[in-house]
Amino acid sequence: MTTNTAEMTAVQASTTIPGRDAAGPGGALAPGARRQTEPRSRISGRQAAANALTLAWRNIIQMRHSPEKLLDVILMPAVFLVLFLYVFGGAVAGSTNAYLEILLPGLVAQMAMFATMGLGTALCDDIHKGVFDRFRSLPVARSAPLLGAVLGDFVRFLAVMGVLTGFGVALGFRFHTGLMPVLAAYGLAYVFYFAVCWVSVLIGLIAPSPETVQGISFIWTMPLTFGSSVLLSNTRTMPGWLQAWVKVNPVTHLADAVRGLTIGGPVGSHALYMLAWAAGIVAVTFPLAMRMYARRV
Amino acid sequence: MTYAIETEGLVKRFGDTQALAGVDIAAERGRVLAVLGPNGAGKTTFVRILATLLRADAGRALVGGYDVATQSVQVRQLIALTGQYASVDNELTGTENLIMIGRLLSMNRLTARSRAREMAARFGLADAAGRAVKTYSGGMRRRLDLAASLLGGPELLFLDEPTTGLDPRGRNQVWDTVRGVAQDGATVLLTTQYLDEADELADRIVVIDNGQVVAEGTPAELKARTGGRALEVRAADRLATAQVAALVQAVTGLTPEVRQETGLVTAAGADAAMLAEVIRRLADNDIEATEVGLRLPSLDEVFLTLTGHQAGDEPGTADSTGASAPDAGRAA
Repeated sequence: MTTNTAEMTAVQASTTIPGRDAAGPGGALAPGARRQTEPRSRISGRQAAANALTLAWRNIIQMRHSPEKLLDVILMPAVFLVLFLYVFGGAVAGSTNAYLEILLPGLVAQMAMFATMGLGTALCDDIHKGVFDRFRSLPVARSAPLLGAVLGDFVRFLAVMGVLTGFGVALGFRFHTGLMPVLAAYGLAYVFYFAVCWVSVLIGLIAPSPETVQGISFIWTMPLTFGSSVLLSNTRTMPGWLQAWVKVNPVTHLADAVRGLTIGGPVGSHALYMLAWAAGIVAVTFPLAMRMYARRV
Repeated sequence: MTYAIETEGLVKRFGDTQALAGVDIAAERGRVLAVLGPNGAGKTTFVRILATLLRADAGRALVGGYDVATQSVQVRQLIALTGQYASVDNELTGTENLIMIGRLLSMNRLTARSRAREMAARFGLADAAGRAVKTYSGGMRRRLDLAASLLGGPELLFLDEPTTGLDPRGRNQVWDTVRGVAQDGATVLLTTQYLDEADELADRIVVIDNGQVVAEGTPAELKARTGGRALEVRAADRLATAQVAALVQAVTGLTPEVRQETGLVTAAGADAAMLAEVIRRLADNDIEATEVGLRLPSLDEVFLTLTGHQAGDEPGTADSTGASAPDAGRAA
């Protein structure tokens, strides 16, 4: 007669771990190590900032480990610059060299918009994978995961601008102003980028899946980036209704301000108009994103 | 404050689905409480409310004496959660994941780093700690998740089906960790579908079904209510199945359940003495058996006893014979 009684006993023996003592997993943990003092009832602003920076660090490390995630923002500016320059250059400005001066500052504005799209996708992915559950069960500021994602995305902005400017200079673009105005130009582009990031965050929180984020993003970024002065500084040949749209579009004012700061021309009113828009966008989308975040996750 | 976790009439609804229909539980400090129930019983919803990830529609929950709805900041300083799906960052390495948690818990850079190294070593991840988590196996991922949860030395640990999808070795490691955490004085609330897991780890078990507590007690109390262990015999020759059933009935005085397709004869409510007698009589009658043993009742059987219906079924239907606990084997 064969029975598996002995085997069953063996299974039981292996589940009671022989010689488990204080050195086992979790053994040396101080119980309630966090409870030396009573728990704090609120999270200080300083801690909130530290939390956001930690999570920004996470995003930067992620991109360092998987640089292929930056491929889109590295290829896009190069492809756009070369295509627009050689397709439109002769027709619009008489020569590609003349067009490059108009086009590159315009593309700085356009890419500041496009580069925000990846953020929403990444955020939506984090939520679906449960990573945000961990953050939300930790004593961190509520705003930290979102703010961290936006701050960490600075790397993406740098990659886009680096590639765009590098290619532009290689193709013959020259700055006609000084170092400070040029830095100010990219600073303005970053401010706008930062503001638009919150729209991307909002879409990432609303979208049903990471795959849909990009589709939704394209729909609203296309009219804003192409219905502007990005490709032409002279918009007088456009029909009246489009001129009206171009005039209120903050992307137009960003492009014109960047033009002024890199190749010379009026800056002040364009910069102020664009900054006001950026402030307005953040004022509306940040609280909305926080509300959605609290509800969604 | 005697209870680490106390809930009163917790209700949660998702559209038409009543996930929780008034759950009252109390977990003593420093003990392991298992919430046992089938898929869809409301276990995950319950844990997510306690871990401040979801808001209850009605009722109250206190964790460490703080209200999860109004004092979530305090609650989050006391708890750690390891969910059904490992919530670690795939793109980062094991060490980077742990450092990030340490930094979020306001440790300085140096402390976070040394704590990360310590935890990785304790969970057998020292060699893999420098690799991206996406290259980890399921068991390693779960261990990293636990290491992340325990990094801050939480007072309360919530584990949502911590061994689902793990191989026996991985499961034993998780069990080992839970015992260690409880030994160190933390309170553990774990959800599980497996009675043997609850039996192995918990001081108290709460059985929930359709969002309600249907039974509560120590493992011994619950097992007593479900009629002790099940005696199983399978004859090598299928033709002898009827003979085995008669023999089991004669020894135990119970009406055994006979599964014709597998030849398995099961008598619920048996004990070790009966097992010995059955083995002796099988030998006397020269019946060769491929399987003879006593095992804990499966979750299906517990449910049948406690609720009158099979786990996962609508109340009133008790005809399905579904899956049971992963390891039925445990001899007397």
